[in-house]
Amino acid sequence: MSLLPYLDVGLALLIVGVAVWIIAARDLFASVVSYVAYGLLLAFVWIRLYAPDVALTEAAVGGGVTGVLLITAGKRLGALKSIAPEAQPGLAFKLLIGVLAALVAGALGAVIMMLPDPPPSLAPEAAAAAAGAGAGLGNPITAVLISYRSFDTMLEKIVLILAVVGVWSVGTDKAWGDTPAPFRRPKPYAPMVFLAQMLAPIGALIGIHIFWVGANAPGGAFQGGALLAAMWMVTMMARLVEPPRVDAQWLRLALVAGPAVFLIAGLAGEVVAGSFFAYPPGLAKPIILVIEAFMLVSITAALPMLVAGPPSERSEQ
Amino acid sequence: MTPSVLAGLVGAALVGLGLYGLIIHPHPLRKLLAFNLIGSGVFLVFGLVARRGAAAGFAFDPVPQAMVITGIVVAFAASAVAVALILRLAVEAGRVTLDPEAWSRPKGEDAK
Repeated sequence: MSLLPYLDVGLALLIVGVAVWIIAARDLFASVVSYVAYGLLLAFVWIRLYAPDVALTEAAVGGGVTGVLLITAGKRLGALKSIAPEAQPGLAFKLLIGVLAALVAGALGAVIMMLPDPPPSLAPEAAAAAAGAGAGLGNPITAVLISYRSFDTMLEKIVLILAVVGVWSVGTDKAWGDTPAPFRRPKPYAPMVFLAQMLAPIGALIGIHIFWVGANAPGGAFQGGALLAAMWMVTMMARLVEPPRVDAQWLRLALVAGPAVFLIAGLAGEVVAGSFFAYPPGLAKPIILVIEAFMLVSITAALPMLVAGPPSERSEQ
Repeated sequence: MTPSVLAGLVGAALVGLGLYGLIIHPHPLRKLLAFNLIGSGVFLVFGLVARRGAAAGFAFDPVPQAMVITGIVVAFAASAVAVALILRLAVEAGRVTLDPEAWSRPKGEDAK
């Protein structure tokens, strides 16, 4: 028990150190790789903040999927010529910005030390949501996401779809309808194939488990979906499955399934339970699980499409 | 100092570091990394607020925590769009730069 404070301080120093390296590293690729490590370290801090749900999301999305996105981008940009060195800012400018950034961080730190006491809290409302409309959900985070702040969660799924539309939109006209590029290796790479064959079935099982226990324990559609998305990406990188064409009907249905079912359930709540996004008592838990299951499908479809990037012409390879 | 206050202060330091990197680095992908540092710093401050708001039998306030989960996913979506834009810009300009003049110069010719 007496060891924990030292671990906390060590973890804090490690994170700030890695963050300094992300900013200071000369090499772009070194910076990108340390960002992945940074995401995983942050997950530990979230556990110390009594936030296992956030820790799972940070490790899966913040560290894992973002890491794949940035490493792919770093490799593709590394092949291109970078900016001329004279574009680097001078020392005086760097000092000025350093002082300004330190001032902002210092002000934020001062605010943190002076937070109001007693602290404001929405926990009682969330507890009511978990016990009342969310009927029998053991995980208060899931209750908040699907019941108390359901509209936010629904809009967030729409943000994911809009982001996929945005990513697809920057592709060239000629490539439209084709498959995205980065997963397309010329030849399957044997260790990658082995990894995908070993990891994907177990990973998919764990992903579904995390989704299923999310109603009562840390986990849920976000974390499970991110894991399933990662497994899909691993199998695509190993070329065990090909990435889908962006105009595939099933892909588009999968993308909109989550928000669509969520919105239909919300509108049905207006008729059945008397208000938008209200769930009839007694049926709340099954309805929430159905909504979460469709959200899982949408997240699993959206994340790899965001990482894969816009469709590209086959001749480009 | 409790672990949660320490985490909040780490968040404040990350915001400062990210702000510095965002302004200093000319490389667009480095700017994106720095911007993500700012974001995770803000999330950590949220984490401190959630921990302080422990009430009603919970060790934390679930509302800010749920907002952070939403925030992480939205931050990832925004990063993905930014990466797609950066890659397309780099391919069109022939070099990795945010220099608005790079378009008008013929490919392969450096800024003087």
